Amino acid sequence: MSVRSSIAVLAVLAVIGLLVYGLVSKGSSGVTVGEVAPTRPLPRLKGGGTSSLAQYKGRWVLVNFWASWCGPCKQEAPALERFQHQHGGPKFTVLGIDSRDLSDDGRAFARRYGLSYPQLRDGDGAAAHDYGTTGVPENYLVDPRGKVRWLLRGPVDEEYLQDSVAPLLPQGKS
Amino acid sequence: MRVRAALVALALLAALAPAAIAQERASLSEIEKQVMCPVCGTLLQLADSPQAQREKVFIARLISEGKTEAQIKDILVAEYGDEVLALPQGSGFNLSAYWVPIIAFLVAAVALAIGVLRWRRSSEDGDAAPPPDAPKGEDAERLDADLARYDL
Repeated sequence: MSVRSSIAVLAVLAVIGLLVYGLVSKGSSGVTVGEVAPTRPLPRLKGGGTSSLAQYKGRWVLVNFWASWCGPCKQEAPALERFQHQHGGPKFTVLGIDSRDLSDDGRAFARRYGLSYPQLRDGDGAAAHDYGTTGVPENYLVDPRGKVRWLLRGPVDEEYLQDSVAPLLPQGKS
Repeated sequence: MRVRAALVALALLAALAPAAIAQERASLSEIEKQVMCPVCGTLLQLADSPQAQREKVFIARLISEGKTEAQIKDILVAEYGDEVLALPQGSGFNLSAYWVPIIAFLVAAVALAIGVLRWRRSSEDGDAAPPPDAPKGEDAERLDADLARYDL
């Protein structure tokens, strides 16, 4: 092989290597029912510090991805707060993740709808990417072992939560 | 004399200061060209989604607070992460966004220069080459007849 051919091959290999590295570094994403839910640490929306789904191991957790600019999120927020009020406790909690949103807007949203359940901030959308969300809102029910038991790509309402989520939770006030 | 010089210096400062401030003052239309709408995956300038609208309002507020372009971009990165910048920051793999086009341009320029040199060399060789042999015998007669017929 001539020097010229070697240089051409090396250049092509370098470009292919660069493309492969770019793809691999992006990583694959997404979670489905039965798989372990991602537990990336995230900053808390209020109060500082970080937290993650891992801190709720041993509890049922309804992970709710939302954003203040999202219309359907405004519709479902009161239903989620009521569900938390009815079922929240040592065995269950709703966990909000404010995704690709301004932190001030997120905090104002939580105040406006009186959201009392824990809220994390996912400004760059990394957690949403881990879960493979296609938008907001999206809801994932994670069991005490950390596995996704149910997911809904879209908003929930009170009836849906009572019919589809409540039966999966331990009986009585969780 | 000194007092006059000081007064002149002060007057110059007063004249130049607003210009310097105006130069530093950030503009929404300029920043929109340099940052992304993270949800849409397009330049903020081209986006009109609810998230993009909030981002534009946020930037306008920061401008009204007197923040510079660099400060606003830093705040946006703190809110949305590095990917909010249309041009990545110069570190790690992100650097490839800068050096790959430069290397590609240099390789293309060198290849073009070599190609032009070879082409010129080959055309010069072509000029120096002897003319093809003139037709002889029957071919020469036929050529003469054709030229005469067409009055060339």
